[in-house]
Amino acid sequence: VTRTVDVLVVGAGPAGLAVGAELGRSGVGRVEILERECDAGGIPRHSDHTGFGLRDLHRLLTGPEYARRRVELATAAGATVRTETSVTSWSGPLAVDVVSPGGLERIEAHAIVLATGARERPRAARLVPGTRPAGVFTTGELQQSVYLHGENVGRRAVIVGAEHVSFSAALTLAHGGARVAAMVTALPRHQTYAGFRIGAAARFRFPLLTGCTVVGIRGRQRVEAVEVQNGASTSRLIPCDTVVFTGDWIPDHELARRGGVSIDPGTNGPAVDPSLHTSVRGLFAAGNLIHPVETADVVALEAHRLARAVTAFLEHGVTDALTVPLRVEPPLAWISPNRAGTSSPTPPLGRFTFRTAAPLTRPHVIVEQDDRRLHESRFRRTLLPNRPCHLDAGWLARIDPAGPPVVVRLV
Amino acid sequence: MSDTPYDVVVVGAGVVGCAIARTLAAHPLRIALVDGAVDVGCGTSKANTAILHTGFDASPGTLESRLVTRGYELLGDYAARAQIPVERTGALLVAWDDDELSALAGIQGKAELNGYAQTRPVDSDELRAREPHLGPGALGALEIPGETIVCPWTTTLAYATEAVLRGVEIHLDTQVADIVDVDGLHVLETNHGELTARWLVNAAGLFADEIDRQLGHDTFTVTPRRGELMVFDKLARDLVSNILLPVPTARGKGVLVAPTVYGNVLLGPTAEDVDDKSATDSTASGLAFLREKGRRIMPALFDEEVTAIYAGLRAATGEGDYRIRAEPDQRYVCVGGIRSTGLTASLAIAEYVVELLADAGLSLGPATEEAPPVMPSIGEATERPYERADLIASGPDYGRIVCHCERVTRGEIRDALTGPLPARTLEGLRRRTRVQMGRCQGFYCAAEVRSLLREQT
Repeated sequence: VTRTVDVLVVGAGPAGLAVGAELGRSGVGRVEILERECDAGGIPRHSDHTGFGLRDLHRLLTGPEYARRRVELATAAGATVRTETSVTSWSGPLAVDVVSPGGLERIEAHAIVLATGARERPRAARLVPGTRPAGVFTTGELQQSVYLHGENVGRRAVIVGAEHVSFSAALTLAHGGARVAAMVTALPRHQTYAGFRIGAAARFRFPLLTGCTVVGIRGRQRVEAVEVQNGASTSRLIPCDTVVFTGDWIPDHELARRGGVSIDPGTNGPAVDPSLHTSVRGLFAAGNLIHPVETADVVALEAHRLARAVTAFLEHGVTDALTVPLRVEPPLAWISPNRAGTSSPTPPLGRFTFRTAAPLTRPHVIVEQDDRRLHESRFRRTLLPNRPCHLDAGWLARIDPAGPPVVVRLV
Repeated sequence: MSDTPYDVVVVGAGVVGCAIARTLAAHPLRIALVDGAVDVGCGTSKANTAILHTGFDASPGTLESRLVTRGYELLGDYAARAQIPVERTGALLVAWDDDELSALAGIQGKAELNGYAQTRPVDSDELRAREPHLGPGALGALEIPGETIVCPWTTTLAYATEAVLRGVEIHLDTQVADIVDVDGLHVLETNHGELTARWLVNAAGLFADEIDRQLGHDTFTVTPRRGELMVFDKLARDLVSNILLPVPTARGKGVLVAPTVYGNVLLGPTAEDVDDKSATDSTASGLAFLREKGRRIMPALFDEEVTAIYAGLRAATGEGDYRIRAEPDQRYVCVGGIRSTGLTASLAIAEYVVELLADAGLSLGPATEEAPPVMPSIGEATERPYERADLIASGPDYGRIVCHCERVTRGEIRDALTGPLPARTLEGLRRRTRVQMGRCQGFYCAAEVRSLLREQT
């Protein structure tokens, strides 16, 4: 069976649902959002604590409330949300093979938006040696276990990582009845907002071990301890029955890569221009697939810009050519969007998002092409790893579309 | 447990024990298969390099050489009938320096002594053309076209399923504490009571030496040899076409890079003698060694994510051959020292053990042929359930993907939890379906899979 839709959105998380809603409202025709899980909503579905929706929906919601609201908005705008529907392969540049309980089908679209999100890097991918007992989680698995399946997750946990999601894991553990034995980060400090950190520390009273890495997991049936090392010093054991690997996000880019999309070496997601168009004509990418990761409300706000770009493509059939790559130099880790087109439109929310791999005190960031300085920014605060950093996009018009890659670096 | 003694009890439900039970089951015998673990294939059989070997590099004239050569044919044929995932990739034995390059001719000669004449030298240009992602410095190779990748889990499960369907009684979670001779019968004292049998086959793998001692023999010692492995993301699969074998030299055996039937790439193994027969943990030094070796063989592998790290234990005996022997007076056959070639040789070992039993006086009775069970399709070379419109039409759960990374459907999970040899644990479910074996390692589906497991068990 082959069907044709106007816009196919792959993934019904905050990004996919928000862009689906915007496109539905703009009247581009038939908009279909495919979701492989039983329920749409993405990661907020199982982040059962407050803090969602403030910037985009102007109200404070829990994750599941936010997910439901986003589904309602997409549906009300006329988009079709189909759950338990997996895209398994490409059958053409803008056509995919799909499986669902209803069978196999082929869907062609005039434009496709990939919004497949990001996942946390699990223990094996971090090459943490030791035994392979039960009790090793990512935050995603932990939240689903506790909030969606009511599982007992253990009594004493070590959290690996100290970014926002790590503190979210602490909330989930508390809800599930586990005490946090320690939070461990290789960085010299935590990377969440001070309020969140102080609140969590006061409520749950766990030590934050900075400059430390987990170098082993012990236990046969169930986790018994983790081995933690501070620099070159000898390691020590922290007894626990649960260990949660948090953050360290990887874009879920399999579908993008199978479709031959150029991947940005920094984000590991599809390379996109400011209109979020990829290297494949008519194929766009959105959300945490292109910047691992931003909060749900930021991702949803970006959808407005993307919907305009998709609409323009459907009406005029034109996109920018991806001419000039944007590169970062260490210790900067990545920038998104990371290609500049010939017409240099404004990126979502009028800004670029970037990350640093090390804490930077009041850094001086410059953007240059060849020897031409396009822009400079002196930040008055400290920039932290795993935290969103932004760069104004006013300099885009000054790029030479025929020139070499644009470099973003520290002075 | 029943008072009537079994005709044969096989101790050890690894790939070899299951093959023996399955082969004996063709005869009108009452057979028990006993294992201390909660599933079949939980020891050495589950964590290995998953290769169906031609036996080209065995020591000529050994029992191992003979059984590997015969087992290769038997398992190749059985796998086709049982739909065990197999891909006939072929192998290249890659030389990285002049010593290794000059060793290739000798290996070719040895292959011929082992009865394998299809090897062929490959020069550096051809090698580069066939494996463009090899690291710099590969000088040439010997091609062994018959080397094949296979699913070790499905192989063991197929044997065990066939055994169950043909009447073998499987006693899992049953640890043998002692074996005594009472009036010409073997009485096995276990945590679930006594089992009695007229004949005993010891296929206990890592523990075969201990069982052998309980029967009063002290002829070999199993020293577990740990092999650590790394599994790379499916997006690395297109980097490699053949099994890339190291050239064995005086400095050690080196590591291999091989595709898997599930569409990943495997790097390993290390080789380290350990004292503990449960030491299946991976180590920082082992992983560092694999990364160093792997970066030389195929640097591009390291642009992809690592999906899994694990370690297996080989049942090394310090001998150059299998240790299979009959003790007719004791109505006992010992199957010891089955090393990494055991998967390939399993059906030939079983055939040989049945001959030894018959020669020692076990009256087998007539054999009846039956088709092997058709196993679930968990390999990438054949159609998976999620790709089959007919199957989804017959049951929509085959269109309901639960594990997205490995594309395992709810229908397959249900089948694995309810079949003739149902999974009782998450590990068992993983080996039957591939669920949670993928790149996210459970970020998306682990909680739901555990919930499905709780519903069924």
